[in-house]
Amino acid sequence: MVEPPHRRRAHASSSDLERYAGLFAQRTQVMRSSAMRDLMAVTARPDVISLAGGLPDTSTFPPQTFAAQMTRIAQESAAEALQYGPTEGFRETVDCIVEVMGAEGMLPDPEDVIVTTGGQQAIDLLCKTLIDPGDAVICEAPTYPGAIPVFCSYQADTIQIECDGDGMRIEELEAALERLDSEGRRPKFIYSVPTFQNPAGVTMSLERRRRLVELARARELIVVEDNPYGLLRFGGEALPPLYQLDGGDFVIYIGTFSKILSPGIRLGWAVAPPPVMEKVVLGKQASDLCTSTLTQYFVREYFAAGHWREYVESVSGIYEGRRNAMLDALGKHFPPQATWTEPEGGLFVWATLPEYIDSSDLLAKALREDVAFVPGQAAYVDGRGRSSMRLNFSAGGEDEIREGIRRIGGVIAEQVELYGALTNPAASSASAQAKESDMDSPGLPRPRAAGSKEGGGDVLPFRRAEGE
Amino acid sequence: MKVAVLKGGRSLERGVSLRSGARVEDALERLGHEVLPLEADGQLVKRLTAGKPDVAFVAMHGLGGEDGTAQELLEILGIPFTGPSVAACIRCIDKSLTKHDLRAAGIPTPDWFAFNETAFRELGAADALGGLEGRLGFPLVIKPSRGGSALGVKFAEGRATVPAALVSAFSYDERVVLERFIAGRELAVSVLGGDPLPVVEAIPRDGDSYDFEARYEIGRTSFICPAELSEAEATAVTEAALGAYEVLGCSGFSRVDLILGEEGPQVLEVNAIPGLTDTSLLPQAAEAAGMSFEQLVERIVELALNGPVPAPMSV
Repeated sequence: MVEPPHRRRAHASSSDLERYAGLFAQRTQVMRSSAMRDLMAVTARPDVISLAGGLPDTSTFPPQTFAAQMTRIAQESAAEALQYGPTEGFRETVDCIVEVMGAEGMLPDPEDVIVTTGGQQAIDLLCKTLIDPGDAVICEAPTYPGAIPVFCSYQADTIQIECDGDGMRIEELEAALERLDSEGRRPKFIYSVPTFQNPAGVTMSLERRRRLVELARARELIVVEDNPYGLLRFGGEALPPLYQLDGGDFVIYIGTFSKILSPGIRLGWAVAPPPVMEKVVLGKQASDLCTSTLTQYFVREYFAAGHWREYVESVSGIYEGRRNAMLDALGKHFPPQATWTEPEGGLFVWATLPEYIDSSDLLAKALREDVAFVPGQAAYVDGRGRSSMRLNFSAGGEDEIREGIRRIGGVIAEQVELYGALTNPAASSASAQAKESDMDSPGLPRPRAAGSKEGGGDVLPFRRAEGE
Repeated sequence: MKVAVLKGGRSLERGVSLRSGARVEDALERLGHEVLPLEADGQLVKRLTAGKPDVAFVAMHGLGGEDGTAQELLEILGIPFTGPSVAACIRCIDKSLTKHDLRAAGIPTPDWFAFNETAFRELGAADALGGLEGRLGFPLVIKPSRGGSALGVKFAEGRATVPAALVSAFSYDERVVLERFIAGRELAVSVLGGDPLPVVEAIPRDGDSYDFEARYEIGRTSFICPAELSEAEATAVTEAALGAYEVLGCSGFSRVDLILGEEGPQVLEVNAIPGLTDTSLLPQAAEAAGMSFEQLVERIVELALNGPVPAPMSV
C-alpha cells in the first residue's frame, strides 16, 4: 500500500520549530494540547467501543431523501448552490431557523439571526466580538468541553459555577458576580447550556431560568444560551428557553442543525440584538465570508418537504432507548460509590467515581479493554473533574452501550478493589470487604441509603437515585 | 534499498509513533530508498513476509513496539532492524529492571522501590508503604514501571495522596516504581551507535517541574541544545549516559534521561526508541551535532545493517 508521494512535505528541523515558536501569538500559549490528546487519539481505533464522542446517529437519516434533495439542487439551482452567499446567510435558511426556534416557543426577529458554520462558530464569533484578553467569562462547572478552547484562545478569564441537578447554581453565580464587582470587573457574558447540558446531561429548572434572566436584566449582563439539544427531549416537561423568557434583550441564542439533522452540513446560527449582530457579521466576514451555500440549499430542501419534526421525534425515540440501556447498565456494572445523572434528553450522562480515581488514568486502562469515554477534566479549565466522565449514548446501539458500560464497570471495580487493598490491607483479600471499608472511609462519597430522597444541596454529580 | 517502516500499533503512544513514522518515511524517500510503510496490526507479519524488506525501521513507541515485541518478530523473520536488540528493549521499557541494572553497575539512579499489583492485592504490601515512604521522603514520584510517556506519572506530596497515585500508576502497568524525587536540571543524552550527541536540557516555561505534560507541548517547554554545562558537569553527564547505554546493552540508538541534582547526574530512564517527531529530542541533538534528519536516519539504518544479523527462521 504505497501512499502518494505528494502527501508529505519536508519536515521542519528543530531550528525551524524554534523560529515558528518565536512567531506564535501569545494566545497559543493557552491553547493547550496534552498527553490526554494522545489518549484520545487511541479512542479512534475502529475496535474501540467509543462512548467518548458526541456524535448524533446519522445512519438513521434516509439515504433516498439525501439523494433526492441533492439531485433536485443539482437540477434546479446548480449555479446558485455553487456560488458564495450572503454573510448573514440566506433568508430561506433563516426561515427554517425561525421554524425550529418556534417549535420551542421562541419568536426571533429574522433580522437578528445569522447563519454560522455550526454552533461552534457562533461561540467563536461571540468571543471574537466581546472578549479582550483577561475579560471574565462565566460558564457552568462542568461546561461544554468544546467551549473551553474557544474561551482560552481569546484569553478569557473563565470562571466556572457549580451545577447540580437543577443546572447552574444561581446563588453561586451571584456570589461570583459580587466578587467580580468588588474587583471593579464585569463578566462579558454568562455562557450556559441550560437544557440537557453537555457534558452533565442536566436541565436548568424553570425557577433558576427565571432568576438567571432577571439577574441578567437587573445587572445588564449578557447570557449566551447554547441550545443544541432542546428538541431531543424524551422525558419530563419542556421548559421555556432563556431566550423566550427574556425576549432577546439580554440573552444571545445559539442553535444548530447538527443534532436535529446532521453535523456534517456544519450549519448553526446565532440570534443577537442588532448592535451585537452588526459586529458578529463583520467578524464572520473576516473568518469565512459566508456559511456553505450548498448545505444551506440542502436545509432549505429538507424543510420544504415538511418532515423535519418527524425525524427529530424518531431520533429522540432511538436515543431514549439508548439512554435507558445506559442507565440500566450503569446500575448493573458501576460500583455503589459511583453516581450519575439521569438526563431527560440530549446525548450525555455524567458519571462520577470515588475521588481517588483519576478518570484520565482510568481511560488508559479502559482502552486496554477497547472502550472509551471523555475524562471529566476536559469540562473544566482548572483541572477539576478528575474523577468524573462523560458518557455518550447517541452514537452506538443499545448492545454496544451495555457492553461498553460493562467493560468500564470492570476496570472501575479493579481500581476500587485496589484502593481498598492500599488503604486497608487487612481486608485486601476479600474484595467485598474492601468495598465496605471504602464506604467507611471519611471523605469518600457514600452510597445513598435506600429510600432517601435526592438532596437539593448536592453539587454535581448528585447521588444515584434508588430503584433504578 | 527497501526499508519497511513499522509504526502505529495499539500502544498509548500510537499518535507519536505515527508522527515519527511519517517523518522517517519522508526522509528515507528523499534518501532514495524504497519505503514500505507498515501499520503494526494483525497483518504485519504477512506484509513483512510478502514485502521482503532489506531492513526494518522500527518507529514504534511504548508497549508492543519499544518493549522487544516487534523486535522479536523481526528476529524470527530474519529481518535486520533499527535500534536496540530484544533484550535491551526489555530492560529499557521496564524502569524497575533498568534501575536494578544501573544500580548493580554503579551508575547513579534515584533510590526506589517497585511493587507489583498483586503485592498489594494479595500480600498486604500496603503495610510496607509507611516504611519506604520514610526512606524515600516526600514528594515522591510514582510511575508505571513500563511505559514511555508522562502518562500515569504522579507526584505524591504527602502520605494521604500515595494510594490514589498508586491507583493511577497501576492503570498503565501491573508494576509501579516509587522513586525519590530529585530536584535538578532535566537533561537528555541521545546516543547514536555508541557515540553521545550534544546534551539537551528541558526547561519548563511556567516553572512547574511537576507538570510532565508541559514537556510534550510546543511552547510550554524550552529545549536548549547543547545544554549549558561546565566541563566537569558535561563529562559526568555523558559518562553516566554512556554507562547506562552500555549496561543495558543498547545498540543503534537510544536516549538516556537524567536529572542533574546537587549530587551530580542520576539516570531516570532509558528510551530504547526515542521519538523522532519534529519536536523530539534525538533529532534536535543530532542537528546540534551538525547532522540533518536525513543523515540521522541514514546512520540509524546503516547501524542496523552493520549490527549482528539474525539468522532467518522459516515460519
